[in-house]
Amino acid sequence: MRCVVTGGNVKVLAKAVHSLSRIGDDLYVEPQEDGLALRSVNSSRSAYACFLFAPLFFSRYSIPSDHTFRCKMAIKSVQAVFRSLATLEKTVEKCHIELDEQKDRLTFTLHCKHGLLKTHNLSFQDSESLQAVFDKDSCANVFRAQSRLLVDTVVHFPSSLEEVTVSVSDERMWVRNHVEEEAEQSKVMLTELCLASDEFDHFAVKTHNSITFCLKELRGLLVFAESTGLPVSMYFDEPGSPVVLSVTDSVLEGNFVLATLSEDPSLHKNNSKGAHTLPPPPPDDFMNDDIDSYLIAMDTSIAPGPSTAGPSTPPLADPTCSKQSAVAAHRTRTHREEDEEAEEDETDDSDRPPNKKFRSLFFGLVLPPSSQISTQPVMSQEVLASDSEDETQAE
Amino acid sequence: MCVLRLTPDNLFFVLSEKVANGGVSMWCELSQANFFDEYQMEGVSPEDNEICLEVTPENLSRALKTVQSAKSVKVKLTKKHCPCLTIAAELPTLSSISRVVTHDVPVDVIPRRLWHEFIEPSVPDFDVSIYLPPLKTMKNVVDRMKNLSNFLVIEANLNGEMNLKIETDLVSVTTHFKDLGNPPWGDDSSQDGGPSQGRDPDSMAEARVDIRRLQQFLMGQQVNPSKAMCNIVHQRILHLILLHEDVSLQYFIPAVA
Repeated sequence: MRCVVTGGNVKVLAKAVHSLSRIGDDLYVEPQEDGLALRSVNSSRSAYACFLFAPLFFSRYSIPSDHTFRCKMAIKSVQAVFRSLATLEKTVEKCHIELDEQKDRLTFTLHCKHGLLKTHNLSFQDSESLQAVFDKDSCANVFRAQSRLLVDTVVHFPSSLEEVTVSVSDERMWVRNHVEEEAEQSKVMLTELCLASDEFDHFAVKTHNSITFCLKELRGLLVFAESTGLPVSMYFDEPGSPVVLSVTDSVLEGNFVLATLSEDPSLHKNNSKGAHTLPPPPPDDFMNDDIDSYLIAMDTSIAPGPSTAGPSTPPLADPTCSKQSAVAAHRTRTHREEDEEAEEDETDDSDRPPNKKFRSLFFGLVLPPSSQISTQPVMSQEVLASDSEDETQAE
Repeated sequence: MCVLRLTPDNLFFVLSEKVANGGVSMWCELSQANFFDEYQMEGVSPEDNEICLEVTPENLSRALKTVQSAKSVKVKLTKKHCPCLTIAAELPTLSSISRVVTHDVPVDVIPRRLWHEFIEPSVPDFDVSIYLPPLKTMKNVVDRMKNLSNFLVIEANLNGEMNLKIETDLVSVTTHFKDLGNPPWGDDSSQDGGPSQGRDPDSMAEARVDIRRLQQFLMGQQVNPSKAMCNIVHQRILHLILLHEDVSLQYFIPAVA
């Protein structure tokens, strides 16, 4: 395998690696016919990310023709190759990636200015294939927005925040932090942001749903999107099925697939399908409010004070979620074995930290034919400008 | 935890670790008319027309920080899962519909029988009162001194001179400030006039304080106040006062041996 990345694309590749490092500790590398796939997954398998760089992204792209090759390596080592983005931009002209199968090494050679060559030999391990099963096309709710919008939304939440809940109606999207245990409720600050549909480039809602997922893992994608200026698309269905966020342009596609909390089945029975109570949209006239509705019972210890209880926000999809793994209807039949494995593992989840509750089994360990895996650029294939100077790689 | 007191004319932020136990206390008074276009409140009763809340300052600060660029901000006392201070802001967007962000900061309502713990502290019987040097300069000095010692001695006299001193086994460092000026408290009846009247203008009153407390005070000052002064009760308390437009801030740091 031999790939050469030139010019501004080196920085894009570097950013993708840094972005993947937010997900897991290992980088899975797989040169495919349709491009070089870089993937990562977190330890609880509740977050997965994949960047696919098309052959055109490279000025030279040749892969082992006779056999499929895949490997994994510590992502920190790869990050060390691309450590300083500012330096990369200024000094690196080309990056060669070569495979030495005999020595189990992947060599990254940075050709810098003034004839300087920096060679990094990284050892890898053989690995199983890592593919998440997801199908963006069949998702009920689809959105696309400039990364700025998402970054501005996420800034309202503390960086330590684990989980957010996203709820949608026909015209609005609410994003709020998710608080799990009852005990914490009275101490935790709740933040909610309401976005209108016209802030998005594309806003299509088929079912009014709420999904809850980990925000931390997503920030890596946002940083990538913001620095490359690409819009971010978001796809999701009902709670329990994974949410997919992706960035696309003509030569690359990045997909972040995150598990979502599944609903308590008993709760689901009571609610008619899709009819979750959504908070009322904020009043159009933001400035005027009837104060009477905001008085609360003040001091009952001495004199009775004004005591009209204020309105309580109807709780959204109550977070008494079951520990059921978030398996989608997207799993194919070939993964039944993994199903059984998962059922057994569920009982272990109760003691694990909240992250682990998102056990999602949308992974297949056996590689099915590529038609089922949606690494193809999806939907309207708009050509979006990437920030690389050199898009047309003449070869 | 911090206490927020609301009266029809003012807001007060109060921190009161017991000074006698070595804790700092702070009293900050803001005139509400300076900040709010609209201000409606109803206290416990017409005689006690006040609301007293306990809030975690980090939450409040975070909520306010994210809405800095807002078109308008509303603060309401609401009852959600518990009493909350709800900060709702309308953020600027390119679309016709504004983006609204809401932060619900949980608060504890403080019952009236405890209000006496959060009254304005009286100005102590100080030995020396002096205007502070520019806070930025003072902060630079204190930041560097913090690397060398945990305690700092602040001393001043009625001649407008102030010294910041640290002393360790290896090194002692003193920064001298001159011509700072002394505020005229003379006519203030609460001062008796006694101690400061007969005082030798060159005699220094000092207080040895935990340098981190002083640093915390200096770090928090974002705005250059129109008046900044301190009162020193010799070896007892350092009382810092900042005045800026319609905001006044008092900070009490106990002296340590």
